[in-house]
Order: sequence, then C-alpha cells, then structure tokens
Amino acid sequence: MRYLFETEEHALLRKSIRGFADVHIAPFSAEWEEAEEFPKELYAKAGAAGVLGVSYPEQFGGGGGDITHAIAAGDEMIMRGRSVGVTVGIGSHGIALPPIIRLGTDAQRDRFVRPVLKGEKVSALAITEPSGGSDVARLKTRARRDGDHFVVTGSKTFITSGVRADFVTTAVRTGGDGHGGVSILVIEKGTPGFTVSRSLKKTGWWASDTAELSFDECRVPVGNLIGEENQGFYAVMVNFVAERVMLASQCVAISQLAYDEAVAYAKQREAFGKPIMGYQVLRHKLADMASRIAAARALVSELATRHVRGDEASGLAAMTKNVATDCCSFVCDGAVQIFGGYGYMRETLVERLYRDARLYPIGGGTREIMNEIICKTEGY
Amino acid sequence: MKILVPLKRVSDPDNANKVKVTGGKLDASGLEWKPNPFDEYAVEAALRLTENGTNTKARVGEVVVVTFGPKEAETTLRAALATGADKAIRIDALDDALDGDVVARALKALVDKEKPDLVLLGKQAVDGDSNQVGQLLAEYLGWPQATFAASIKSNADKALIVSREVDGGALNLKLTLPAVVSVDLRIVAPKSVTSIHTPATHTYPDGVRFAALMAIMAAKKKPMTEVKLADLVTDAATKIKYTGFELPPSRKAGIKVKTVAELVEKLKNEAKAL
Ligand SMILES: Cc1cc2nc3c(=O)[nH]c(=O)nc-3n(C[C@H](O)[C@H](O)[C@H](O)COP(=O)(O)OP(=O)(O)OC[C@H]3O[C@@H](n4cnc5c(N)ncnc54)[C@H](O)[C@@H]3O)c2cc1C
Repeated sequence: MRYLFETEEHALLRKSIRGFADVHIAPFSAEWEEAEEFPKELYAKAGAAGVLGVSYPEQFGGGGGDITHAIAAGDEMIMRGRSVGVTVGIGSHGIALPPIIRLGTDAQRDRFVRPVLKGEKVSALAITEPSGGSDVARLKTRARRDGDHFVVTGSKTFITSGVRADFVTTAVRTGGDGHGGVSILVIEKGTPGFTVSRSLKKTGWWASDTAELSFDECRVPVGNLIGEENQGFYAVMVNFVAERVMLASQCVAISQLAYDEAVAYAKQREAFGKPIMGYQVLRHKLADMASRIAAARALVSELATRHVRGDEASGLAAMTKNVATDCCSFVCDGAVQIFGGYGYMRETLVERLYRDARLYPIGGGTREIMNEIICKTEGY
Repeated sequence: MKILVPLKRVSDPDNANKVKVTGGKLDASGLEWKPNPFDEYAVEAALRLTENGTNTKARVGEVVVVTFGPKEAETTLRAALATGADKAIRIDALDDALDGDVVARALKALVDKEKPDLVLLGKQAVDGDSNQVGQLLAEYLGWPQATFAASIKSNADKALIVSREVDGGALNLKLTLPAVVSVDLRIVAPKSVTSIHTPATHTYPDGVRFAALMAIMAAKKKPMTEVKLADLVTDAATKIKYTGFELPPSRKAGIKVKTVAELVEKLKNEAKAL
C-alpha cells in the first residue's frame, strides 16, 4: 500500500529499491539475522545503486529527494528485503549525517558525507550514555580543549553501527551543565583512546550491530567540531522529527509485513477441519490489525507532508511515533498468535518481527518521553 | 547506433485475480500497470549496445522508446528514460483499438521518420502473448529480422550477430543493419550483449538496471513527444476482432497425498492418468 503523498517518482524509486532488496538482501536476510551481521560489501553495493543517498542533496552525491522518498525507499527495504536489522544497520547514517549536513563546513561535508553515501564509510550517531539516554541535556562525556584538539573522556552506549563505524558523530560536553554546554564532534575510528568496548546482544534488530564505545583521553582535532562550540544540543534536537518519521514509517512497514504473513497463513492453516480464516475471531483480529496499520500509515503520511512543507511538527512527530509503535507491537503480537506454535519459532519471520518491534517504543525517544513532548506542545 | 524500442504496458500479472469481465468486455479499471518484462529486456539490451559499460553515463548512441496508449502510458516511457533511454514518443491511442497489425504498420511509419539503425523489441507482450509485432514490422519494412535473441554481438555498427536458442543448441544469424530483432529473457544475462564500445572483460549485473532517484528526477527533463495514431496510419482498422471475453472456470483446490502409494492409487483410479 502506498502513502497518500506518493507520486510517479516514488513509484519508480520503489521499483529500483525493490530490485535492489530482492537481489542483494532478501535471499540472505534470515542467515544474516541469525549471524547478527551483514557483509560490509553491502554498503558499497547500496551506495552504487543510490540506495543510501535517496534523501540527500545532489551536491553531496545524494539523490536529491526528501523524507517522503526516504520513507518509500525504507518501506521497500523492509517489505522486500525482509530484514529490519539490515535496513536499520545500513541506514544508521540517517541519524549520523544530518548534523554534519546542517552545521558542517563544505570541507567537513566532503570528508564525511560523500564517502558514506557512496558506501565507502560507515557512520553512527552517539548521544546515549550508560548513565542515561532520555535526558540528553545531562550527558556526561567530557571534551576539554587542548590546543588544536579536544580531549574526550567518557562513554556512549546502544550505538547503532558503532562496532563497524569509521566515524561517530558524537555529542559531548564542552561547556557547563545543561543543554548550553553540548557540542558535536566527529570522532574517527583509529583515534588513540577511542575503542569499541562491547558489541551488545539484543532482543531484536540482530543483523544490525549495537556498540558500547569508550573514550579515554581521546584527542580529536578541532577541525572535527561540527558547528559552533556549545551549540550542539539544537542540532541533535532538530533532527529528532525526521528520525521519528523514519522510525514510525519502519513500524508501518514491519506491521504490514507481519499482517501479510498472518493473512497468508490464516488462509492455509487448518484446525478442526477448516482453514483458521474461517473463524470469525481471527478474521476480526486481522481486521483490527489492518485498521491500526491504516491509521498509522495515515498519520505518517500527514507528518511527512507537514515536515516537507516546513511546519513545526515536534508534537505531531511524537504522536505519530507512539501511534505507529503501538500499532507495530499490536500487529506483531497478533501475527505471532495467528501462527500459533510456529509463531514462537525462530524459523518464522513473524517471530523475528515481534522481537524487532520491541525496540520502537524505546529507541529514538521512549514512549514516555514522546508523551512528555506531547504534553509540552499541547500546553499542559 | 540509433535504436528504437517499442514498449507496451501490461496489467501486472500479480493482479490476475483482479481482472473483471463486464458484459463480455474486459474491465481494466483498478488494475496496476507495469512494463512488459520482455520490453524491459529490450531496453536493457539497447542501452548496453549504445554505451561503454564501464562508464554508462557517457552515451555512444541513441535509444528512442515508443509506446501506444493514453496519457497515463507515459509512465512506462518515463521509467525507461530514467534507466537511460534518451528520448520518448507516445503514440496516442486507446488500448482496445489496437492489434499487432495496426501497431506494426504505425511503427513502420515511425521508423520511416526516425530512421533508426535497429528496432529492438520484446519477443511478445505477456498480456496477449501474440508474438507478432516484430515479425510483421520486419515484413512491412522489408528489413532482415531475428527473433527470440538470447545474445547480440555488435562488432561494427553496420552488422549484428544474433544468437537464438533452438532445440539442441544455438543458431547464430548475421544481420546487416538496419534490422528488427526481438529479444528473449536471456538477453539480460551478464555477458549476453557485447559491443565495440565496452571492453570484453566487462560483466553486467544479471537482469535489467534500476534507476537511482537522481536519474528518475532527471528523466522528467528528457524529451517526450506525442504523435497521433492517425498521423501514422490512414487505416486504423484492426485485423483482430474480439467477440467476447469470459473468465476461465475457477479451479478446484488440490489435495495433499501422504504417500507415493496413495499418489499412484489416485492417479490410477481418480485421475485415470495411469
Ligand atoms: C537497539 C537500540 C539502538 C539504539 N541506537 C542508538 C544510537 O544509534 N544512538 C544513540 O545515541 N542512542 C541509541 N539508542 C539509545 C536510545 O535512544 C535510548 O535507549 C533511549 O533514548 C532511552 O534511553 P535509556 O535507555 O537510557 O533509558 P532511560 O532514559 O534510563 O529511561 C528508562 C525508563 O524511564 C523512562 N523515563 C525517563 N525519563 C522519564 C520521564 N521524564 N518521565 C517518564 N518516564 C521517563 C523511560 O521512558 C524509560 O521507560 C539505541 C537503543 C537501542 C535499544
């Protein structure tokens, strides 16, 4: 099902992404998810096919599209590639690059944005710390100025693609307490003092790596400061709307995939001498699932359209994320139930989607934090 | 080399169960359209013949795509432009006022105007499966033809060696241009199309190419012209008359057998096939 905002351009883009996912992801998705890794060569293949740069400006080697194109492309990646882990892993630049594009110098964009869109370099965004993720303004990783360098000490955790990243767009504290003391540094792999302390085992998103990073007197050249010192908090915050649209649209795609699987299964699985689709309770369950998906899709559509138009939409983004994550949890749970025992088995796609779904009310701002934002924008 | 590639949009075969027949007529409303796969293979082959495979952005020839249909059929043309075709022509016509013969006669008139060195087209469209246009067109033009090409070699721009798969091997034909060639699915294998412009060491990815978003956007600026069917053929009467359509009877669900013995028993006694 297409989003209401889609044009012929989106249809052609979908076809291209589908072609890529059918050949380069789908045949290996189950294997890569179990291996908790996808081959690094996939970045170069995706870069060459224009998959990574869809919504980035042409001047940096992107496709010149906007977030609506990114949503359509992501939809095909999940629906046809059938690996949420690969989609989010290969897509970590979606949060790592925007601060550089928005606030970086031309030289920084050439150094960091171009090679990522070509698939030559892997990027990650590091905000969350072991001591807390929701309260971004209280982050502790310290960066002290020493001549031509910032000396960074601290740690980051739950960092998507952090294990393989060639550079990490990192939020650090250069100034005093609170949001006024936060800056953004690009910290490159191989910088002395920067190590991947752990590769984390997760509930879902298996094919995507998630890292704990540590910085011990890590000397980062001042040339890697993105934007002005102590102005980094805004850059992090301003991208949250785009990140939440993307996460919500992933929820729609995952839900649709789980729903389609459940419908197909219900038609062919028999119990008590007839297909289980013959039982009204199951048909109604599927009808509820379909309705939730339609609602989430409509909200994503509205949010994306407003975002492209330039409306301030932080409240709507928070609402959309919650509606879409709730939809995804509900639909994946329902799909597992319809599959019965097979739904609990690792060989079944809906089992994996059910685990993948659990991330969404946590990552990119928790369900509770979304409600806090809604309270604020609603004015109570 | 200048290559003309006729394209047809067909209803998506995945939607087969949505086809409706109302009052003996085929009802196309609500169907999704996609390019006929064999025509997409023809576009891919044409692009390979008119480029250096190691640098596909620098074109060394021209590919003109043409389709018959209403305004909406331009989508099919724009998809081809996005993957690399250079210009597009839509011959304004209604889908159900066409048959292979009118299409071939109109294409002949278009070829006389456009003067391509080669007409490359799919061996058949997967909706009607008529498999006629290429052969009729070659006859009307009086050009040499090769059908069901599995590979094409273009060593000089004046001739082609076309290989067709036949029972027990391959039949190689040498054609002097201009000519008409219809392609089969193997034409999009990595080494099926070779030309003087691409190093022999180059290997194409299997299948047709896909357009990146930038190319999709850029395709909107490529030339697209409209020609009226009446400007190409004075007599637009079709040779084929459709007298009616009906859906095939729905099939009964199959059964699963537990053992080979049961299968043999059923084949013998129920299907009476043994
Ligand atoms: C798979 C995965 C990938 C991730 N990828 C990245 C990444 O690439 N980069 C990155 O920087 N981070 C990433 N994260 C981190 C993610 O953004 C954080 O987990 C999230 O922001 C929550 O932070 P926390 O885990 O520290 O929870 P906490 O902030 O400790 O919250 C714990 C609980 O308390 C609740 N809570 C907190 N404050 C309030 C409040 N004011 N009112 C009510 N309830 C509250 C929360 O909602 C939550 O339920 C990832 C996480 C996961 C699981």
